[in-house]
Amino acid sequence: MTRIAAKFADLKSQGKSAFVSYIMAGDPDYDTTLAVMNGLPGAGVDIIELGAPFTDPMADGPTIQLAGQRALDGGMTLKKTLQLVTEFRKTDDTTPIVLMGYYNPIYSHGVDAFLVDAKAAGVDGLIVVDLPPEEDSELCIPAGKAGIDFIRLTTPTTDERRLPTVLPNTSGFIYYVAITGITGSGSASPETVGREVARIKQSTDLPVCVGFGIKTPQDAAAMAAVADGAVVGSAIVQKLADGDSVETVLDFVKDLADGAHSA
Amino acid sequence: MATDMFNSLMNGPDEQGRFGDFGGRFVSETLMPLILDLEAEYEKAKTDPTFWAEMDDLWKHYVGRPSPLYYADRLTQEFGGAKIYLKRDELNHTGAHKINNVLGQILLARRMGKTRIIAETGAGQHGVATATVCAKFGLKCVVYMGAHDVERQAPNVFRMKLLGAEVVPVTSGRGTLKDAMNDAMRDWVTYVDETFYCIGTVAGPHPYPAMVRDFQSIIGKEVKTQIMEAEGRLPDSVVACIGGGSNAMGLFYPFLDDKSVRIIGVEAGGKGVNDRMEHCASLTGGRPGVLHGNRTYLLQDDDGQILEGHSISAGLDYPGIGPEHSWLHDIGRAEYVSVTDTEALDAFQLSCRTEGIIPALEPSHALAHVAKIAGDLPSDHLLVMNMCGRGDKDIFTVARALGWDMSTSDA
Repeated sequence: MTRIAAKFADLKSQGKSAFVSYIMAGDPDYDTTLAVMNGLPGAGVDIIELGAPFTDPMADGPTIQLAGQRALDGGMTLKKTLQLVTEFRKTDDTTPIVLMGYYNPIYSHGVDAFLVDAKAAGVDGLIVVDLPPEEDSELCIPAGKAGIDFIRLTTPTTDERRLPTVLPNTSGFIYYVAITGITGSGSASPETVGREVARIKQSTDLPVCVGFGIKTPQDAAAMAAVADGAVVGSAIVQKLADGDSVETVLDFVKDLADGAHSA
Repeated sequence: MATDMFNSLMNGPDEQGRFGDFGGRFVSETLMPLILDLEAEYEKAKTDPTFWAEMDDLWKHYVGRPSPLYYADRLTQEFGGAKIYLKRDELNHTGAHKINNVLGQILLARRMGKTRIIAETGAGQHGVATATVCAKFGLKCVVYMGAHDVERQAPNVFRMKLLGAEVVPVTSGRGTLKDAMNDAMRDWVTYVDETFYCIGTVAGPHPYPAMVRDFQSIIGKEVKTQIMEAEGRLPDSVVACIGGGSNAMGLFYPFLDDKSVRIIGVEAGGKGVNDRMEHCASLTGGRPGVLHGNRTYLLQDDDGQILEGHSISAGLDYPGIGPEHSWLHDIGRAEYVSVTDTEALDAFQLSCRTEGIIPALEPSHALAHVAKIAGDLPSDHLLVMNMCGRGDKDIFTVARALGWDMSTSDA
C-alpha cells in the first residue's frame, strides 16, 4: 500500500478527515523549509504538499508567487527540492509527500530521470498544475508506472461532461479547487463545496480533499466536515513571509490541523 | 491532389494542438473546458461564410485592408541587390497588424456571449487594438501590461485609456510581456464565465496558435495576390520580425508549401545572443520547454526556470515564440536569425530617411536583416518584408537611445 493510501485508511479507521499543508521548498531558505517539514507531522499534518518553485506560477496568487520568488532568489532548484524530501525521509517514512508545481522544471530535468529521482527521494504524489488530462502522456501515465500518484485538480468548471475525462488516470486523492481563481484568493461556502464533493464522489472511490481559500482553523473544520480533507497553503506561507519563527508557524499549523480533525 | 494535401505543411496542428512536438494544451483544469468551448466555436466559425463575410467587411471598412504592397525603390537602391517590397501593415487602423487578429477573436467572443475581454500587451499595440475593437462593440476591456512597458510605451497606455479600457500595470516578475500574460491567465481563471482572453500572438494553448495564425494569414494571402499583380510571380524571400511571431506567421503561412520561397524570421538579438541572455532570441538562444499553455523554444536556465530576455523593442521582449515557428525551425522550412538593438536602431533611421516611413522598432529588426542580405542577392530577387507596425509609439525610446532630449527638443 502506498503511503497516501495507508494514510487515508488510517484516518478512515479513526473517523477523521485529513489535514494537508502546503509550504514552498526553499522559502525563505533550505534549512528553514527542512525544519518546518520535520515539525509538520508532529503538528498534526497528515500529508505534506511541497511546492517546487517556478518563475511563472500562473495559477498562484501573490503570496505563493512571492514565496517562489524568494526560494529561487535563494538558489532553490528542483534537485534541491528532491534533496529536502530525501533528508525528511531519514526521520519520517510514513508521512506522504506530494510535490506541487509546474511542468517546465520537470520537463527540463527529463521526465524519466525526474521520476527515478523523485521515487528514490521518497516522493509519493505529484500535482502539476499545467498538465490537464489532455496531456496525460507527458507525465501522468509515466508517473503511474513509476509508482507515483498523479493527483488531479478538479474545479467548479469540471462539470458532469468533463468529470469522466478528469478522473481516469488520477490516483492518491482528488484535489477539489473550491473556487475559480488563484491560490490565496476568495473562498467558497461549505454548502456549495459539500455538494460538489458529493457529486465527484459519485464517480470515484478516491478521497476528495478541498483547497483554495481556506485560511483559519474554522475554515479548515468547515471544509473537512464536507470532504475527506482540507488543504491550507497561502495562510501558512504568509506566516513564513511575515518572518514568524518555525515554532510560531508550527503552532499555527497545529491550530489548523486541530480544526480539520475536529470535523 | 490527395498526396499534396497529405504532404502539405499547412495541415497543422493535429487534434491535440501539436505542430510536431510543439504546441499542446498545458493549462490548469479550470481553463480546460473554456479552451475546448473556444475550439468548438472556432471550428464552427471557420466554415461559416457569415463569419468571414463579417470579417471581410470589417477588414475592408474598419481596418483599411488590403494594405498596400509597396515597392521600396530607394531602399532597393541603397542595398544594391534584391528588389525590396514592403507589406504596409503599419497603415492598418491602430498602426499595426495586431487588429487583424483582434477582430476575429472579438467576433468569436460575441458569438460565445462573452461580455468582458482581457488581453496582455507588450508594446501596447495589441492592447490598443483590443481596446479599439472593444470600444466599437461596446465590450468591457481590461489590458494587462508589464509595469516596465507601461513606462516605456506611455503613448499607447494613454490611447488605451482614451478608448475606455482599464490598463492594469503588472509588477510581478520583471514587469514585461511574460508577466502580463501570467496575470491575464490569473484573471481568466478567476472570471471564467464572462471573460474571453484575446491573446495577441500565435502562442498560448491550442487553439490560439492556429486561430491567431489563421486571422493573421490575411497578410500573406494579400501578398500572394499583390506580388502576382506586380511581378507576375511569387516572391523569392519573405522576411518578418518575431517576438511571439504573429505577423511572421501571418506572412509565412500561405507560402509554406511554395518551396521556392525562402522564409526568414528575425528575432530580437538585444545586446547580442550571449550567455548572459541579454536578448529575446528563443530559437537561436533557447531550448524547448513549456510555458503559457504550449511547448516551444524558451529562454530558460538549467533548472527550467524562465529567463527574462532583453530587447529595445517592447513588442519582441518575450522569452518564448509561437509553437509553429519552433516546428518550422526544427524541420528547416524557415530560417531564424537575430539582429541586435543597435542594428535595429540603424534600420529604423534608414527607413525614415530613405522611404519616409517611420517604422516600429519591431519591423526595424526585420529591415536590419534585409539590410544584411539584400546586397548579396541578384537584382531579380523579389524580397517581401512585413512592415508590421508604425513607429509613432517608439519615438521616445528611439530619442533616448540616440541621446535626444525630448523635453528641450528645439536643439
